[in-house]
Amino acid sequence: MTDALLEIHAAVKRFGDHEVLKGIDLDIAEHEVVCLIGASGSGKSTLLRCINGLLPLDGGSIVVDGTTVSQYEAELNFLRREVGLVFQSFNLFPHMTVLKNVMLAPRKVLGVPRAEAAERAHELLERIGLWEKRDEYPDRLSGGQQQRVAIVRALAMRPKLMLLDEITSALDPELVSSVLELVRELAVEGMTMMLATHEMSFAREVADRVCFLDAGVIAEMGPPEQMFTAPKNPRTAEFLKRIIAAGRL
Amino acid sequence: MQTEAPARRDPLVGPAFGFAIAGFCVPIALFSGVAIVLGRRAERRIVASRGTVSGLDRARRAQRLGQIGVAIGIVVLVALFIATRWESLKTLRLVFFQWPDITGSFDTVFEGFLIDVRLFIYAEAVVLVWGMVVALFRIMPGTASTPLRWFAAVYIDVFRGVPAIVTIALVGFGLPIAGVNLPALPFESDSLFTYGVLALALVYGAYVAEVYRAGIESVHWSQTAASRSLGLSWGQTMGSVVVPQAVRRVIPPLLNDFIGLQKDAALITTIGILEGYGRARIFANANFSYAPFIVLACLYLVITIPMTRLTEWLVRRDRDRMQAGA
Repeated sequence: MTDALLEIHAAVKRFGDHEVLKGIDLDIAEHEVVCLIGASGSGKSTLLRCINGLLPLDGGSIVVDGTTVSQYEAELNFLRREVGLVFQSFNLFPHMTVLKNVMLAPRKVLGVPRAEAAERAHELLERIGLWEKRDEYPDRLSGGQQQRVAIVRALAMRPKLMLLDEITSALDPELVSSVLELVRELAVEGMTMMLATHEMSFAREVADRVCFLDAGVIAEMGPPEQMFTAPKNPRTAEFLKRIIAAGRL
Repeated sequence: MQTEAPARRDPLVGPAFGFAIAGFCVPIALFSGVAIVLGRRAERRIVASRGTVSGLDRARRAQRLGQIGVAIGIVVLVALFIATRWESLKTLRLVFFQWPDITGSFDTVFEGFLIDVRLFIYAEAVVLVWGMVVALFRIMPGTASTPLRWFAAVYIDVFRGVPAIVTIALVGFGLPIAGVNLPALPFESDSLFTYGVLALALVYGAYVAEVYRAGIESVHWSQTAASRSLGLSWGQTMGSVVVPQAVRRVIPPLLNDFIGLQKDAALITTIGILEGYGRARIFANANFSYAPFIVLACLYLVITIPMTRLTEWLVRRDRDRMQAGA
């Protein structure tokens, strides 16, 4: 069909009576970086979780690299090797050292031998400057360090697509830049990414396309320059105005 | 006069009782009063000095004074109690603390107690694994595992609800008669022992399964989400991520249940295993002395108290290792 890595078609998700996603259509090509912006509760996180299969869809379809996201365990586990998800709250495993956190999934899911997994983890931790912290437990790291470990934990699976769910929202302002720097590098290297973010200036810099989600639908989508300077939808304009008023752009 | 009141007892409430209460309260009131006054003054001084050290020493001294008052009160109370009830205490000593009875019964009680120890070690090893199996059955997702969930729920309801002594009777007397023959365990000669282990494991497996389940459910779902998003299956997520965290959290209630199990080991005396309690009772009945029960009680404490302290120490060490600022 298309050369899109991710195809979302008429995706619907309900929580009880509340319809969170009301028919989302979105294709993402390989090496593309798409930023999801929108108010809290507009469905950004829900959409990312549906792509990863953590939440089942109530309608429509999501296809990742030719595989439809279903609810069959085996298929999902296979899909998740290709799709990395990073959370707002890091969610590192507190009972494992940094090194074990990074090595766990390749060892368990891909069956990579210990030495090889350790080598890959070394590479990744070296890259984020945390190799010295390999034997520390996550609770002893700063938020910024934890989030960078969480990102490389996902990268250790060599995913084709990375989903980043407001990964800087829980961080102190001075720790944000180190995490964004890593994401910027990934973008330059050509990683396909979908980010839900409130960091508008970062979205503007790193995104190929910006997607404004409003009450469960894509209200507007376009290149960042156009979205941030000349939004066509009045709701986008209003949202950006509020963001600017809050000093986030 | 003596024939009139052959079983005269000291009245509980009498002049001695009044003395004791006074001896307890007066020093406490006195010292505390002084301590409060001193404390107030120290406080004023601290406020006046705007938080610099002046006055802190006085505050500490006042606190110490309060402690001394309470300590003196307790010592006076105990001393008065012993002084006024000396006669009754002698009877008490005769019944419970006859030294010849303690030394005389020690060997047989200790030998029996070792049977209890072997029994609860076997049972605890089984329960540790079996409880987790049941807990995982209980929370297993998916329609295919519905029968397992049901099995676990019914098992827990039944064996938590039935008194341990009844389960022990059913297993220990009932199963052999019903033709269920269990072999003797390694290092054991008596196959009856196996039924005892089975009964205790059945009862405490139900408790421990619920403790494990509470632990598993206390691990935040975001941990599961993170693990599943990396591609780990449900089983892998449980094994590597959720259960290791859950078990750490439930060690204190787990220890609780294990101490319960150890104490209930004595119940297998009812199916004819002559363990610690059984032997203590035989000695007690033969000698009209309850010293062997004191021996047995002490033997239990010698096991449970160090076990508790050791567990607390292990938990603290593990936590300090993982948490910041240690």
